[in-house]
Amino acid sequence: MAAIQIRNVVKRYGTGKTANQVIHGVDADIGDGEFVVIVGPSGCGKSTLLRMVAGLEEISSGDISIGGRIVNDLEPSERDIAMVFQNYALYPHMSVFDNMAYGLKIAKVPLADIKTRVDKAARILELGPFLARKPRELSGGQRQRVAMGRAIVRQPQVFLFDEPLSNLDAKLRAQTRLEIQKLHRELGITSLFVTHDQVEAMTLAQRMIVMNAGVMEQFGTPEEVYTRPATTFVASFIGSPPMNLLRNAPDAKAGTIVGVRPEHLDITDSGWGLRVEAVEMLGAERLVHGLWSHGAGDELVTIRTEESHAVPALGATIFVRPRPDRMHLFDAASGKRL
Amino acid sequence: MVERRPLLDVLSHAVLILGVLVVAFPLYLTFVASTHTADAIVQAPMPLLPGTHLTENYSAAWYGTGGGNGSKAPVGQMMLVSLISALIITLGKIAISLLSAFAIVYFRFPFRMFFFWAIFITLMLPVEVRILPTYKVVSDLGMLNSYAGLTVPLIASATATFLFRQFFLTVPEELVEAARMDGAGPMRFFKDVLVPLSKTSIAALFVIQFIYGWNQYLWPLLVTTNENMYPVVIGIKRMISGGDAQTEWNVVMATALLAMIPPALVVMLMQKWFVKGLVDTEK
Repeated sequence: MAAIQIRNVVKRYGTGKTANQVIHGVDADIGDGEFVVIVGPSGCGKSTLLRMVAGLEEISSGDISIGGRIVNDLEPSERDIAMVFQNYALYPHMSVFDNMAYGLKIAKVPLADIKTRVDKAARILELGPFLARKPRELSGGQRQRVAMGRAIVRQPQVFLFDEPLSNLDAKLRAQTRLEIQKLHRELGITSLFVTHDQVEAMTLAQRMIVMNAGVMEQFGTPEEVYTRPATTFVASFIGSPPMNLLRNAPDAKAGTIVGVRPEHLDITDSGWGLRVEAVEMLGAERLVHGLWSHGAGDELVTIRTEESHAVPALGATIFVRPRPDRMHLFDAASGKRL
Repeated sequence: MVERRPLLDVLSHAVLILGVLVVAFPLYLTFVASTHTADAIVQAPMPLLPGTHLTENYSAAWYGTGGGNGSKAPVGQMMLVSLISALIITLGKIAISLLSAFAIVYFRFPFRMFFFWAIFITLMLPVEVRILPTYKVVSDLGMLNSYAGLTVPLIASATATFLFRQFFLTVPEELVEAARMDGAGPMRFFKDVLVPLSKTSIAALFVIQFIYGWNQYLWPLLVTTNENMYPVVIGIKRMISGGDAQTEWNVVMATALLAMIPPALVVMLMQKWFVKGLVDTEK
């Protein structure tokens, strides 16, 4: 087990004037045994960051250390890590057993040890009956477990997950999410998990890194990220539907953005007057989209109400009031929290 | 498209049967000719039904005891030469193409694209085009009348390199990365992952290249002057004596039929793999 330090890490492709910088100096300290999720939209650099930790991408500048040892110039196999890939990357011509044992065979672990380790991993992941099968004879969920098994048998200091759940269907994804949590509790191995799915990020993370355009926007617990988003990007990326960001709220200071989540707006008799534009039924709750026309301009505001609440008619005017302790204030120019 | 049109059925069957006849009739004639005496075949019209000299003709061909004026190399020996050279050519081509495709796809070295195009351009230079310089080199190296002379100039293969290159490009990048994570070096990855994954392509190439090697004519004709080193295809040619001398067509035909057996066997036995290798990518 080991802590990971990421120090001012930069990644650029190409050199000179044509260089394309995709990661702009990321700093993060990941504690020993911690489960950290890196989340962000497509192309934000989250996978690149993970691959630099893995050693599959070169680090343009900065340092990454694992367990106190700078690993910048080490081969992936020398970093004492294991990785689970998005498409599992199982060797198609090898049996499940051989897939899990391959790395150990190369490391010249004695055959008896390999067998005990693989058997143990197979027991944890309930893969016992499939050890002799080829990957193509397994379902997606089973392949995913084999990929995790291959990581477990190496007994690494760090697990890296590159969107391992995105090829599973919704039900299996929820189930595998729980399995990964359970696994982490049992083994307590430092884990870095990349995803673009905020539900995965919120449920799995002990702490999460929110990335956007190669910049780390916030690094904190899911609670912190949800209740105190550091930037407008985090505010709109985490939470579904996203936070309402009011650029010209009447009673706010100039140059600020007022943020309030749809679930923190209550329908009342007075307050902000919204003309109802659309109503969406989600099951347990209902989303009401309304247009707030005030002196300074129009704002589109989304409210989340309980399903039992009366359905507002389209075109009608309703009044909402934000909960004062749940309002956020951002600087309009920098997007930073004030 | 399922259609019931009797006329179309009759027509398509007629075309197919005609096609089979066109291909099969010369083969049948070869067989008939190989069962008669030399005198019977040169009669006009030539007999169209099998004769009674089958065993004599075939043993004459096999042991090289035919009575004609042409070469009398035994077919057994010639087939062995053909088999050995076809196998060396096939296995050599596969080994070299696998390695060069591996280098081109997975390694970043200076002038990579230059070498890639150099290999590509050799596609335009078959043996026939470069035959004089190649002959000069082979003869200067003293490789005439040897297996090396028969096979080495034919081993390099742009086609096979391309086939493997295309296949390697379809191997997912993640597999390479997983192997790196597992600590497999390049050659280990090649041996443990790439070659096993390419086995259907290898089988398809084996069939194609074996037949290519077996059917070589022009090159062996130049580099073999010794009866012991004749491949069977050359053997047949040498059995046909020129001028007015009598050719033992019955023995020539027997030899021709014998020469057809190994490639036919390779195709029949490896048919399943061959088709799989051409249509299917197992990943």
